[in-house]
Amino acid sequence: MRSSWAILRLRFQLGLQYRAAALAGLATQLFFGFIFIMVFEAFYAFGPKDPGMTLEQVITYSWLKQAFLSLMMLWIRDNELFQLITSGNIAYELCRPCRTYDFWYAKLLGQRLASAALRCLPILIIVLFLPAPYGLTPPADAASLLLFFIALMVGTFMVVAISMLIYISVFVTMNPSGSILLFAVFSEFLAGFIIPVPLMPEWMQRIVYMLPFHYTVDFPLRIFTGHIPKMEAIQGIGMQLIWLSVLVLLGAWLMKRILRKVVVQGG
Amino acid sequence: MSLYFRYMIILLKSQLQYRASFIMLTIGQCLTPLTSLAAMYFLFERFGQIKGWTFHEVALCFAVTHIAFSMTEIFARGFDTFPSLVRDGEFDRLLLRPRSTVLQVLGSKFEFTRLGKFAFSVGLLAWAMMQMPTPWTTIKLMTLGFMIAGGVLIYLSIFMMAATLSFWTIQGIEIVNVLTDGGREMTQYPLSIYHQRIRRFFTFVVPFACVNYLPLMVLVDHKEAQSWYALLPLVSVLLLIPSIGIWRYGVRHYRSTGS
Repeated sequence: MRSSWAILRLRFQLGLQYRAAALAGLATQLFFGFIFIMVFEAFYAFGPKDPGMTLEQVITYSWLKQAFLSLMMLWIRDNELFQLITSGNIAYELCRPCRTYDFWYAKLLGQRLASAALRCLPILIIVLFLPAPYGLTPPADAASLLLFFIALMVGTFMVVAISMLIYISVFVTMNPSGSILLFAVFSEFLAGFIIPVPLMPEWMQRIVYMLPFHYTVDFPLRIFTGHIPKMEAIQGIGMQLIWLSVLVLLGAWLMKRILRKVVVQGG
Repeated sequence: MSLYFRYMIILLKSQLQYRASFIMLTIGQCLTPLTSLAAMYFLFERFGQIKGWTFHEVALCFAVTHIAFSMTEIFARGFDTFPSLVRDGEFDRLLLRPRSTVLQVLGSKFEFTRLGKFAFSVGLLAWAMMQMPTPWTTIKLMTLGFMIAGGVLIYLSIFMMAATLSFWTIQGIEIVNVLTDGGREMTQYPLSIYHQRIRRFFTFVVPFACVNYLPLMVLVDHKEAQSWYALLPLVSVLLLIPSIGIWRYGVRHYRSTGS
């Protein structure tokens, strides 16, 4: 646990080194946020009375998505880990005096937290002060804000656990690009990353609610907008915790099995 | 020109060496626009229309954008990855050869896996064209061709200008993504749905509108369409000329990183 914390802090400091890159990223994310919002605005302009979510909720949803992008994006490619696996340098990782699963988990989590910390505050501050239709609507009360943070954190832990499964799959396939791209594209859609789940048709929603992905994006963001009532939110967080433990246990077990079989060629 | 094709064939052969990976990536690339399209379809199912545009009209727009963008990615990827050429000092080698730098950079990389995306968009285009109630006249088909070619030229110009910047910044800069990926994301829909200021910027500064909703209005027989809108995609050439000029200027002022 203490070693995990140390890695986390290291990653955080490393991320803070690239401030210019963070600034450029900030502008890019604001621009994309505006584009998404204007598309929704145009749809809502002549749409039906009750499409499942109000425009303010969708706008808030979109801004939060942009602000916490690095916590929610399922797939942030860490080439370092890929090279470790495909080049055989994994041998050094195995020599470390802590479990590889924990070590990598902390590393990936640290990366995400560092870049989120850099980007989310400036974006949130800017969008809070935007003029009427485009601004962020704050949550109704402190309780839903608190629930949002809890759900967001557990969601992030889930995202990291899922991406750990992807890295583990590289041990088997050795070829990281094609299959992962497929997986990433579909799971982001199922997470509500492209459009919020309530705007999807009924049959799609049924599929989405059976899978864990919507707990990473759609669920925390809709708690913030008040679209999910508090009682339901608490139940949902319970479900999140169950999924999280399943994902982590599965990942750790798979990793242990695969590492036992790993053959590192000398050289 | 024959040199360009030579480059192309060599790079195609080298990418086909890893056949399984090539095929997987091509399929994967084909599915990335699929989810955007699915999202668009779901929104249309819920809302019916977007500022008067129907689904197949927007699908036409979406297909044209993705065809143009994937073609640019296939043929002009060299400019997209150009910062790494500068950083590694590889560009010095290109300068020594007695051929134009534009040609060599273009020939330095082809991303053939984007053929998947391209094929998907062509299929979508064909579907959207068949949904159109009015017949396809020669003029409309020509306009469609102009739109795609114009789109390629605009993306190419942006890639070139972004590459030129790296002569000075060495690093690639993320903000350029606003124009490339952002432009693609935005032009999936007719630009007329956006805020007026955005629309103006992308009409008069970066002429995306000239390959997007203005000629599209001719294609779908929009009531405000003017027949000269069909020729607007040619405006994109006006963007290519200065970007080649800037590129030349950049090459003249190039100082090797010395690595």
